[in-house]
Formats: sequence, structure tokens, C-alpha cells
Amino acid sequence: MRRNESDDTHGHGSPGAYFAVFTALMVLTAVTLWAAYQHLGIWNTPLALAIAAAKAVMVALIFMHLRSSPKLTAIVVATSIVFLAFLILITLSDYLTRPWLPIYGR
Amino acid sequence: MAEGSHAAAHDAHDAPRELRHHFVDMEAQQEASALGMWIFLVTEVLFFGGMFTAYVIYRASYTRAFEGASNLLDLKLGAFNTAVLILSSLTMALAVWAGQQGKKNLIVLFLTATILLGGTFLGVKVIEYKQKFVHHEVPGPHFVVPEGLPRQSEMFFSLYFCMTGLHALHMVIGIGLLLWLIARARRGDFTPRYNTPVDMVGLYWHFVDIVWIFLFPLLYLLGRHTL
Amino acid sequence: MTNATASGRERVNYLNAGYGVRSWLLTTDHKRIAILYLIGVTVFFAIGGLAAALIRLELLTPAGDVFQAETYNKIFTTHGVMMIFFFMIRGIPAVLGNFLVPLMIGAKDLAFPRLNLLSWYLYIIGGLIALWAVVHGGVDTGWTFYTPYSTVYSNGWVVVTAVGIFLAGFSSILTGLNFLVTIHTMRAPGMTWMRMPLFCWGMYATAIIQILGTPVIAITVLLVAAERLFHLGIFDPAQGGDPVLFQHLFWFYSHPAVYIMILPAMAVISELVTAFARKPIFGYKFIAGSSVAIAVLSFLVWGHHMFVSGQSVYAGLIFSILSFMVAIPSAIKVFNWTATLYKGSISYQTPLLYAIGFIGLFTFGGLTGLMLATLGLGIHVHDTYFIVAHFHYIMVGGTIMAYLGGLHYWWPKISGKMYPEYWSRVSAWVIFIGFNLTFFPQFIAGYLGMPRRYHAYPEEFQVLNVMSTSGASILGIGYLIPLVYFFWSMRYGKDAVDNPWGATGLEWQTPSPPPTENFPETPVVTGKPYDYVTAREEVAVG
Repeated sequence: MRRNESDDTHGHGSPGAYFAVFTALMVLTAVTLWAAYQHLGIWNTPLALAIAAAKAVMVALIFMHLRSSPKLTAIVVATSIVFLAFLILITLSDYLTRPWLPIYGR
Repeated sequence: MAEGSHAAAHDAHDAPRELRHHFVDMEAQQEASALGMWIFLVTEVLFFGGMFTAYVIYRASYTRAFEGASNLLDLKLGAFNTAVLILSSLTMALAVWAGQQGKKNLIVLFLTATILLGGTFLGVKVIEYKQKFVHHEVPGPHFVVPEGLPRQSEMFFSLYFCMTGLHALHMVIGIGLLLWLIARARRGDFTPRYNTPVDMVGLYWHFVDIVWIFLFPLLYLLGRHTL
Repeated sequence: MTNATASGRERVNYLNAGYGVRSWLLTTDHKRIAILYLIGVTVFFAIGGLAAALIRLELLTPAGDVFQAETYNKIFTTHGVMMIFFFMIRGIPAVLGNFLVPLMIGAKDLAFPRLNLLSWYLYIIGGLIALWAVVHGGVDTGWTFYTPYSTVYSNGWVVVTAVGIFLAGFSSILTGLNFLVTIHTMRAPGMTWMRMPLFCWGMYATAIIQILGTPVIAITVLLVAAERLFHLGIFDPAQGGDPVLFQHLFWFYSHPAVYIMILPAMAVISELVTAFARKPIFGYKFIAGSSVAIAVLSFLVWGHHMFVSGQSVYAGLIFSILSFMVAIPSAIKVFNWTATLYKGSISYQTPLLYAIGFIGLFTFGGLTGLMLATLGLGIHVHDTYFIVAHFHYIMVGGTIMAYLGGLHYWWPKISGKMYPEYWSRVSAWVIFIGFNLTFFPQFIAGYLGMPRRYHAYPEEFQVLNVMSTSGASILGIGYLIPLVYFFWSMRYGKDAVDNPWGATGLEWQTPSPPPTENFPETPVVTGKPYDYVTAREEVAVG
């Protein structure tokens, strides 16, 4: 699994890209602060998570050079998210379905 | 079968001094190091993930308590810390870039900046924790249920201390790693050909930043819309 | 070619390439680290075995007349903690995996030799910390540490034991990390994924589980400690906590953990059946694929440990169905091993005796697992000796037999010596008989209602318990015999040739024992794995 990049480091970002991401992250932080005070009903949380996810993706792709890393790295990252999702969602499904059956004194 | 080993030993003298003997070449070594660090970060995802699971369950169960307790956190300090950490990720990325250029002074400069920003973050957390002590918001025998909130607000604070505490511990370890990097950089260890340690610590530092990127809205912002 | 050169002086190999304690305690050679782990796991196995002996001693009679109830609780906790965290999880990967993976893929070492040494130190320190807790009064929560007993009410050394387990877990993560990176990036030229020995596939699948699952138990024991030390009551009902959440987090790791314990054993068996049937393995791709399938599916079934916990019935239903499904890849392996043996040129050497014992006992234990996955029946036998018998059939009848089979098979490579064949067969039979006498009666006792973790029981179960304790005594003797003759063989055993079994695999292309650098020149792989037709021709010619 050898990469054919001209430089011998695995990912060379430019300072320009880093400053751009930094600016975007600060803007998104301001946005999420502002959005937190808006009355969006059940959409407050998904919006906040979406903004956080966008920030995380930018940090991973640009700061952590994920976009110039081997495909295996992306698979490794995706795997961690999938299994964390298993943990959270399956556990949550227990709690959400407990009230469905009127037993155990509920 | 034994004769080939002599030729291999002669080649080893021409190999870079940073090349470990069990790797074919520097590229293989760097590739393995990067994969190893990413896999370690996977373990960190699941490590923090256990607490995120608890957070999801209890927030779903005690939404009002969590929203109310969250509003007691100092949003100014939380937002300031978020900005500080994002800036520290920038300086860390620039340190990695400087490492790839082999520019010793710039490496040290950016690493130092990252440490200072990280230290600032931790200092602010100390202030926040002290505030909690003063306001009896620390779970345990001295906890006082905040006025108007259900008693499960104590659970919010338990999660707050566990999650930000573990995050802060990771920051402390990160600062330790950065100090180590500065020592090595000043020795001239990092060249365009070999700067993997800076790269790897960078991955770790950015990950710790990503954890905070999620902690901030989940802990500080979840109840603001009720105000 | 044995270890003696033509001039009679001993050839330099990894064992004699440096003497003294420092050369061992500061080694980065994966083969020496494997030996260090071998010593460690044997010691912790002995401690866990001693605890088992005390359990069986108490259970000879229905009355709780040997130990007080609390003491008995501490003994079975010690047995569980020592055996699971310090023997079973680490055993095959840390001993055989560490030794063999670089050799099998044609590498000089693992990707991170210093991390490998660190993992051993973390393991030993964690074990000593857990041992300190045992010696100073122990823990009485059971190895499962259920809250709120472990967090609020237990007076034992919970936090200390938790720290020991945390370090052992970190050690396990480092090993898994090392194997993943090594297998991905350091295979010799020509060794494609489909040419890699199935032992390495098994180590790879195990490593996936170690990486994804262990961190969750790590955070869980930390949260238990945080609750005990700092009142951060994640599981405390007084703060709104749910003790069942502990069980979710605990079993999210601990179920995949049992696959950490069985996948390496299956990996060994794949190597043994093909070597002693002298035939290519049947269904290579299915065995490789089923290993990865088990690794993934194992994360989806943890709730079958929680059928009676108060978890939602619907969650129980889904976990039950998924638990049936996870048996399928294991069954696929059993079919493939059997097909490999079918019409093979069978050689009943000791490693194969262990392999055949494994196939029978694992299948039997696995079938009882399906009984437990069945929601209604699982609830009925929950917390009885049926459960105890089930997991001991898999872990002892399965994993430990595979471990012993692998140790015997690769002992010539590891030590450069042959073990005595007669005594090895005797001990294999003693172990098989002792094992079944110990654990089969427990199925019956459990089904009839004898609860687990009780130091006293109703009189009607005594006959079965006496049988079980007798079996345990025989089993203990069976384990002692190899300990004796392995030591004996290091001094007096026959010198081993490079490939005493005529088996395929790069590890058999090196001297017995191998030199420190494994391969003076990196081998190039051109043929299929398990190419026994060609191997037979080579042996006939050479």
C-alpha cells in the first residue's frame, strides 16, 4: 500500500487552507451559539449536532489530513462512528421501548 | 540462507537513523505510525463514547432537569474556551506544517503557542470548577438542588464533571506530549524527511479538539432555547 | 537441521541471543515478549485455578461450611477476574499471537515492538494491582461488578481492582493495535490477504474486537471508580441513575470479549486440522470471512446477558434473534474443519487430539448457547449452573484446549525441543475426561435449578456437585502434567528440526528456535496457503 505522492510526507496542507478552516470553525461556533437561543422546537438538538459534525469533519479532513490519507484511514474512522452508533442507538432503544409494554408496575 | 543477511546489514548503514530495523523503509514506517495513531483514536472514540451514551440516555429521560442545569453553566467561559481550543488546533496544524518544512524555530513557536492556548483552556476550566464548588453544584453530599430544578439535575453535573474532567485529563497529557516535542525539536530531530512525531501528536490534539466540539453544544447549549 | 551446528556449538537464536534479566525485561523481540506473557498468563491461571479449587471444595457439601458467604463471594470474584482479564483475554493472542504473527507473515517483528513491551508491563502491573486487592481482602461483587452493589454497598477493594482491570484492558488494546497495523502493512511481498494463514485472520478479527470493545469497559470501570470516589453518580438511583445502564455498558464490551477469547482459539484450530490432516483447509475464504463476521456481529448481541435485568422486552426479542445469528459463522467454521479432516491423511498427534476435543466440546457448548439465546429458556436458567457449564464448555473445553493444542504444536518452534509424546497424550486424555466430569453435571444441576454464586445449595444437588469436584481434581492434575514436561523438555527434550510436522507456513521455514531477526532476507510468497500437495512432494524429494 504505497502512495505515489511527490513529497515524502503523507499529507501536506497549506497554511492557507488551515486559516480558512479556522475561520469557518469560528463562524460555525458563532452560528451554533446564535442557533441555541432560537426556538426551533425539536430541531434545536439536531441542528446543534449537525453544526458540530460539520466542524468535526473539517478538522478531520483538513487539520488531520484525512483527505490526503489512504482510504483505509477513512474506513477506520467510519468504523469507529458505526460502532459508537451501535452502542448509543441500541442502548437507547431499550429505554425508548420500555414503556411500550404495560408491565412491571408502570 | 544466512549469506543474505550480510548484504542487508551493509544497507542498514545507509538507512536514515530514524528508520527502525523491522521496517523496509521510512515510508513504511510512517504509514504504520499513522495507521497506529488513527486506530488509537478509534479507541478514544469508544472511550468517550461510553459517557456520550450515558449522556444520551439521561438527557432523554430528564430533559427538563438537563436543560435547566445546563443554563447554570457559564456560557461566556465555555464559548471562550471553544474559541481557544479551535485556535490551538490551528497552531498545532501550523506546527505540523513547520515540521514538514523542517523549520526548527517555527516548530517550536507554534508548539509553544499550542501549549499556551491549551494551558489557557485548562485555567478557565479550573475557574469553572471552582465556581461549581462555590455554588454547591458538585454532586455528592454537598450538592444542593438548584432552585426550580428537579433533583436529577445532579446527574447533569455528574456527567459534566466526568466528561469535561476526562477531556481535561487528555489535554494535560497532550501538553505533556507537546513539551516532549519541543525538546526534540530544539535538538533538531525534525526534518522534512522525518517529522512523524509532530504529525502524530497533531492527530491526537485535533481529536481532543473534536471531542470538545461536541461537548460544548451538548453541555452548554442544550437548554438555552428555553430562556 | 536442529539447533546444533556442525561444529557442535549452539546456533544463535532468540533465546540465547543475550543473557541476563535486563536482556529479557528490556527486550523488544516479539518472541521474547511472547515468552514473558507465557510466564505471566501461567501464573495468573494458577491463581485463578487455586480459586476454582476453593470453590469446588466448598461445593462438595450442601452446607456452606468451609467459607462464609462473603468470603465465598470474594473467591468466585477472584476466579472470574483472574481467569477472564488476566488469562483468557490475553492467553492465545499475547503468547501465540505475539510469537507467530510476524513469523507467519514474513516480518522481522511487529509494527511497534516497544509498544509490545509496554503492553506486557501494563499487563503485569495491572495483574499485580488486582492481586494486591485479592490479598488484602478481595472484592465480592463478582467479576461483573454490577451496580449499585459495586458502587454503593460493597466494602471490598473495588476501585483498586478496577484500576488493575483498566491497565489490563489498555494492554489488550495495545496488542490489538499492534496486530492490526502489522497485518495491514508488514506482510511479506506476495502474501496477499488470501494467502495469509488463517491464524493471522483470527488474530486480525480478535484485534478488531479489542480495539472497538475494550475502551467501553475501560470507561465503565472508571465511572464505577468515579462514583465510589467522587460521588459522580452515573449509575446512582439517588441522582436519577439507572443501574441497568451499567449493564449495557459492561456487556457491550464483555460479550465481544468472549469472542476475544474464542476467535484466537478457532484460529489455532484452523492451523491444527490442516496440518494433521495434511490437506489444504476446506473453505479458506469462509473461515476467514466468518472470523470477521463474528467480530462484527458480536457487538450486536450483548443484551442476552440482560434478559432479566428489567430491559425492555422488545430489546430482549431483538437481542435473542441476533444471538441466534451470531452462531452461524461459528457453525460454518465447525463444518469447514470437519470437511478438512474428512478423507485427510490423519496423524493423531497430541495437537490434533486437542483440536478434535475442541471441535466436539465447542460444538456442544455452542449448542447450549443457542438454548440460552432462546428468550424463554434463557430466562429460566439465568443465574443457574447451566450458564456456568455453558461458558466453561466454550472457554475451557474450547479455548484452553485450543491453547494447549497450539502450545504443543508450536512448542518445537518456540523452544527448539520436542515434548514427550506419550505423556502429552496422557495429559490430553486426563484433561478431556476431567473436564467433562467437572462441567457436564453442572448442566444438569443448573437445569434442575441450582443457582450460581451461592456457597450453599439444597441437598438434592450434592451428587452432581461431588462429581463436578472430582472432575475438577482430575482436570487440575491434567493441567499440571504439561507444566512439568514442558519444563522438562527445555533441558532434556529431543532437539527439534525446523519443521517437525512437515507443515506449511513461513514459521516452519525458520530454524527451531528462530533467530532474533526471524528472516535474514524477507521471504517472497508465491504459492497458495496450506499447499500440502507441493509440501508432500518436497518432503518426498528432500
